[in-house]
Amino acid sequence: MKLTLKIWRQENSNTKGRFETYNVDKVEGDMSFLEMLDVLNDGLVREGKEPVEFDHDCREGICGTCSLQINGEPHGPGNRVTTCQLHMRSFKDGDTIVIEPFRARAFPIVKDLIVDRSAFDRIQQAGGFISVNTSGNTIDANSTPIEKEKADMSFDAATCIGCGACVAACKNASAMLFTSAKVSQFALLPQGEVEASERVMHMVDQMDKEGFGNCTNTGACEIECPKGISLENIARMNREYLSASVAG
Amino acid sequence: MTTLDAKIPEGPLAQKWTKHKNNINLVNPANKRNIDIIMIGTGLAGASAAATLAELGYNVKTFCFQDSPRRAHSIAAQGGINASKNYQGDGDSDYRLFYDTVKGGDYRSREANVYRLAEVSGNIIDQCVAQGVPFAREYGGLLDNRSFGGVLVSRTFYAKGQTGQQLLLGAYSAMNRQINRGKIKSYTRHEMMDVVLIDGKARGIIARDMISGEIERHSAHAVVLASGGYGNVFFLSTNAMGSNVTAAWRAHKKGAFFANPCFTQIHPTCIPVSGELQSKLTLMSESLRNDGRIWVPAKKEDAEAIRAGKLKPTEIPEEDRDYYLERRYPAFGNLVPRDVASRAAKERCDAGYGVNKTGEAVYLDFAAAIERYGKEKAFSSGIENPTKEQIKKFGDEAIENKYGNLFEMYEKIIDENPYQTPMMIYPAVHYTMGGLWVDYNLMTTIPGCYATGEANFSDHGANRLGASALMQGLADGYFVLPYTIGDYLSDDIQTGEIPTDHKAFDEAENAIKDQLQKFIDVKGDTPVDDFHKKLGKIMWNKCGMARNEKDLKSAIKEIAELREEFYSNVRVPGKVDAKNAELEKAARVADFLELGELFAKDALHRNESCGGHFRDEYQTPEGEALRDDENFRYVAAWEYKGEPKDAVLHKEQLIYDNIELKTRSYK
Amino acid sequence: MGGIIKSSIARKVAMALSGLFLVVFLAQHFTINITSVISPDTFNEWSHFMGTNILVQGVLQPILIFGVIFHFVMGFILEIQNRKARGDVGYSLFKGSANSSWFSRNMLISGIVILLFLGLHFYDFWIPEITTKYIEGDMSGMHNGEFRYYEETVEKFANDPYRTGLYVLAFVFLIFHLLHGFSSAFQSVGFNNKYSKALKTFTKAFAIVIPLGFAFIAIFHYVSHL
Repeated sequence: MKLTLKIWRQENSNTKGRFETYNVDKVEGDMSFLEMLDVLNDGLVREGKEPVEFDHDCREGICGTCSLQINGEPHGPGNRVTTCQLHMRSFKDGDTIVIEPFRARAFPIVKDLIVDRSAFDRIQQAGGFISVNTSGNTIDANSTPIEKEKADMSFDAATCIGCGACVAACKNASAMLFTSAKVSQFALLPQGEVEASERVMHMVDQMDKEGFGNCTNTGACEIECPKGISLENIARMNREYLSASVAG
Repeated sequence: MTTLDAKIPEGPLAQKWTKHKNNINLVNPANKRNIDIIMIGTGLAGASAAATLAELGYNVKTFCFQDSPRRAHSIAAQGGINASKNYQGDGDSDYRLFYDTVKGGDYRSREANVYRLAEVSGNIIDQCVAQGVPFAREYGGLLDNRSFGGVLVSRTFYAKGQTGQQLLLGAYSAMNRQINRGKIKSYTRHEMMDVVLIDGKARGIIARDMISGEIERHSAHAVVLASGGYGNVFFLSTNAMGSNVTAAWRAHKKGAFFANPCFTQIHPTCIPVSGELQSKLTLMSESLRNDGRIWVPAKKEDAEAIRAGKLKPTEIPEEDRDYYLERRYPAFGNLVPRDVASRAAKERCDAGYGVNKTGEAVYLDFAAAIERYGKEKAFSSGIENPTKEQIKKFGDEAIENKYGNLFEMYEKIIDENPYQTPMMIYPAVHYTMGGLWVDYNLMTTIPGCYATGEANFSDHGANRLGASALMQGLADGYFVLPYTIGDYLSDDIQTGEIPTDHKAFDEAENAIKDQLQKFIDVKGDTPVDDFHKKLGKIMWNKCGMARNEKDLKSAIKEIAELREEFYSNVRVPGKVDAKNAELEKAARVADFLELGELFAKDALHRNESCGGHFRDEYQTPEGEALRDDENFRYVAAWEYKGEPKDAVLHKEQLIYDNIELKTRSYK
Repeated sequence: MGGIIKSSIARKVAMALSGLFLVVFLAQHFTINITSVISPDTFNEWSHFMGTNILVQGVLQPILIFGVIFHFVMGFILEIQNRKARGDVGYSLFKGSANSSWFSRNMLISGIVILLFLGLHFYDFWIPEITTKYIEGDMSGMHNGEFRYYEETVEKFANDPYRTGLYVLAFVFLIFHLLHGFSSAFQSVGFNNKYSKALKTFTKAFAIVIPLGFAFIAIFHYVSHL
């Protein structure tokens, strides 16, 4: 199939960007979206031009590196899919595809379609951990049984890949789903309860400092999340935050 | 040629590690504050070690090329992590884990290292649970286990099909805690370009800030390489696009010996290649072999009809199917080790029984498991005479619970529903057992330069068992390196900060700047990826699942020629001092082009078949690997001498005091 | 509004609580108004009570006014922050319909319409009430020997298709606002569990029924005086 691509090009964070239009052909349905961009870039390099830079790594939907706002949706059309697992069979011959970087004040553009998501790291650094040293003498793993249902819920929250689609999809560029996933993972486990109050306060503080927007519960994040992280986590974080505020 | 000293402690196997820990030098807490350590890579091995070293009090700098430490490729490990906890009461023990690992590795790993690995495996699970890693649990609230290839016990801990992700996020959280304390400084989107040696010791690195393009100097008292494996030398592999050998290879060029480069794991259950423009291969967890049955048509005409699209797999009756693993290896059946399963698939496909368009795929069929689970569930639900539809429904549900995410992934990529029709799979490059040679303390042949995780060679011999890579990465990072590095650093308590204006830094920096400029200046007409793909084809066809002298010799020649062409005809657009993906790739591919040749040279010299290294010339009449313990029971560690072809072989003889060398049999 | 409102979650909880408070007020307001259709006497009695009771007038009314102002001011502050959070360059293509309802994304629009309506509503009822009671000092609630409330209310809609139309339009936007806002408030205060589904159904029903009820009252008084 043949496609027209409108792609955001921007040299670096200090320059202004613009859209450029490209045509690609020889696109097959079995190709992933990123392989389609590889084809485009191969052509650009052969023409002596600079290829379009985009973030990608594992290309199997787990590392969370790939991003892209494709036709107005993070990770493109379809739900529970990352851009690297989006296949070209979702498009038709002759389609025009608009490709933009994830847009948020907290995600400054690095180059072309690459954004800087280190704000997410800083939120995790503020409290996304359990303070346990590596001693080799921690208690036996089976000495604290954990209700299967809770362990599973904790796992579901922990499957967040930190791609930033929630921020990109949110009309307010809010990072609540991301932050709440980590807060929930630990809040649901006995190991994490001890520091729960401190954790949620610090992480929310940092989230606010990074300049993300406020949550207005539109639910866009949950729909666009490639891992289907549930809005329940945001409610849980709100509870945790409120009780921590009242207690603290 | 010299014989390498692995510094294995004296004494009985089970006491070596404890004794060693008791005898090595320690650095007192006040002095640790004055010692800097550089960590390259933030996967399981790197992140866990960085966190632990920082906890101990060292100043740690971590470097990763990804935009966040959390994205290292350990994240993609699916199936699980082994530990000899014996929670299932099926007779597991440290010794059994040790034995299975050495046997699985076809007797080419170091006994003492593997035993230590088994010994600390239980601690890893304790540590991870304490960190909040949400492992799968049973209804009683205790941890669940499953079973993996090459073993007869259930010792694999898992978190659905995302175990690597959960373990890495655990290590990443431990790292974050130390970043928050100011003990770790994390450098992301930084590529290590060289290790800097002062007076023969590793004292720092040259790194490139991938955003600004700036070349930076960082000094430290020790440098740890936890930079992963080199599977991407095949271009198509299950590795991430960015996974590369550069850190390890540059250290090799500065004096670290490279061990057993030809030991590569080709994983049997990957999604087959679909087209010429494919950029990577996707693994389907080995855990699928617990329930899936592997087969090809027994009649060649059926296979041909399938390839032509005239016949569907579901239309082939049971008696016309060849469940070749069950046929050849009745004891282990579909759960034979990876190297055996991969080779068996290749054998069938080469014989003309492959089932996709290219003839390079076999079936992984869940119909029997769906029926079995469906009947069980119907029975336990009190349905006496379930209909076919009921059985199918219950069975599908059971399979979805176990492997739902994998089935979903398969359907996304192939656009076929694996609940209805068998999956197609084919082997793909997955893991590299070879890597930098390290002694018992995980130090390379450069003093002060360590290698952990997949980047080193030590624990998996010639073949790695499933769910062992995560175990090794975390064992090295949490429980081994943090102790052993102290022994070396205890000499450095009075050294003080290493200055970065030393002339060794000047030289290294200039060399890197020159090299990068050179890539741009070639101004040829061929993109970097073309060279990478060509290299991958040579590697796959001539250094892949089966190798022979003729092919290996021609591979060596072709790779050298390709390398020459690369330096005269590569096109790298853009600037040196800016974000430049093509330049990043060029630097990595340049190293792959050298490693590939050493790889072939190593494979050529090893005149035996063992584990993942299969030489056509050395096989039993039944087509099984034929080891030569007399002549090749050693680690081949190569010393760099200017060109890969000039590399000098050093041997570390492997001594098996506690295990009897046998021909591996999974029959 | 100082300390605690500094955090994003506190702001959203404050938004939710003030919203829930206004929802309760709506329910109460509706209960009284619907009597104007059923029994003018009851309407007069209840209105007089609400209009003259010291507790209602001195305590609840200021709280309500504060609640309304707070909800609006906070809403605008959040909207400004949220727009800033997108950054200097926005999306050229943003397909919100793929993942969220129009109502949830346009609370500002429905909110502004309701705010404008409140201006009209205050002009129609509240300002005359305040003038009569506290400036002119007439606390009797009587006009020509009868309670004036029912007559005053009916008078506004009778023979005034434009006013009636504006009221109905505002109530439609109130539906939009409540369809998202009411259930959203529960999520904001952390209520999301097995009862949420039932609660959501209730909030949706409330969001549609109550404003339609208000619209019905306005139309009723208009139509019955044609």
